[in-house]
Amino acid sequence: MDFDSSQPIYRQIIDFYKRKLARGELSPGDRIPSQREYAERAQVNPNTVQRAYREMEMMQMVETIRGQGTFITATEKKQRDLQTEMAGQIMDRFIYDMRSLGFRDQELIGLIDLHLASEKGDVEK
Amino acid sequence: MIRFDHVSKSYGRTQALNGLTLEFVDGEIIGLFGPNGAGKSTTIKMIVGLSRPDRGEVWVDGKLPRQRRESIAYLPELNHLYHWWTLKDAAAFIQDFYNDWDEHCYQSQLHFLNLDEGMKLSKISRGQLAKCRLLLTTSRRAPYLLLDEPFSGIDLMTREEIINSLIREYQEGKQTIIISTHEIDEIENLVDRAFFIDHGSIRISGKAEDLRAQKGMSLVEIMKEAFRHAEQQ
Repeated sequence: MDFDSSQPIYRQIIDFYKRKLARGELSPGDRIPSQREYAERAQVNPNTVQRAYREMEMMQMVETIRGQGTFITATEKKQRDLQTEMAGQIMDRFIYDMRSLGFRDQELIGLIDLHLASEKGDVEK
Repeated sequence: MIRFDHVSKSYGRTQALNGLTLEFVDGEIIGLFGPNGAGKSTTIKMIVGLSRPDRGEVWVDGKLPRQRRESIAYLPELNHLYHWWTLKDAAAFIQDFYNDWDEHCYQSQLHFLNLDEGMKLSKISRGQLAKCRLLLTTSRRAPYLLLDEPFSGIDLMTREEIINSLIREYQEGKQTIIISTHEIDEIENLVDRAFFIDHGSIRISGKAEDLRAQKGMSLVEIMKEAFRHAEQQ
């Protein structure tokens, strides 16, 4: 995993697992690398990884069982919450970018409809 | 904990340290960054007790550095091993000298770094020598590990091996590692805390993650900016 060194690394580690959960690539019971494994693989400070894992435990995304490893605990509801959270972030960015290009909100909605319709057309062809 | 209190040092007309004041907190991996001649090596040598302040004081766990020598493992910038030694000879020498030698750690790193005990130090490549020196230093279970320019003149692959080995053997919470280097990007993601030193005093310091969050810049960019400002003044 490559990090953007201009942003806090521990937050990028958390975001990485949030994305995996939101996309359903990880589910409850799945084992994720131990802190040490993660640090070695990503060449990141073990203390930074520890901080990320601790926060994920507090957010009830994962649980560490002594001697066994770290496991995903996020419930379905938590997964949906994460989806909503990430969708919100994507929408914020999208709307901001479109407005900065000069589109008004009504035009924006129209454009989305148009785009979706043309995608559908492509599929049906 | 290591503390520098208004430390100054000159070598002839060159001022190496100029009222340097800082604290190295226990249990962190610390980067000491700055251009060549900034005072990084002098700082490290003072912690080891190889250089003494002209003015000011240096404390290691509240004592004078030379009284704490056994708690510090030090990798000097230049090679300190006899070239007629094999790696095994060198290991035996250090083992006799310090009682915190960890044979298990030595053997596991030996394997991990692809080194062979029978290697004669005069016959091996620069990268292999660098790995041997690192191995001999980190096989001691000392609470303080000081590495002075561990990457200079070493190829990329070997740098990665060295960094991996450091992460593997790091004892979280118990060990303090201080790495001096002018090549920040190598250890950008490895350090808890960064000190940018120039002309013998601290220009910027802070927790790496806090600095990134505050400035939206990498440590490399922060240092470049700091030194650009310094030149303009």
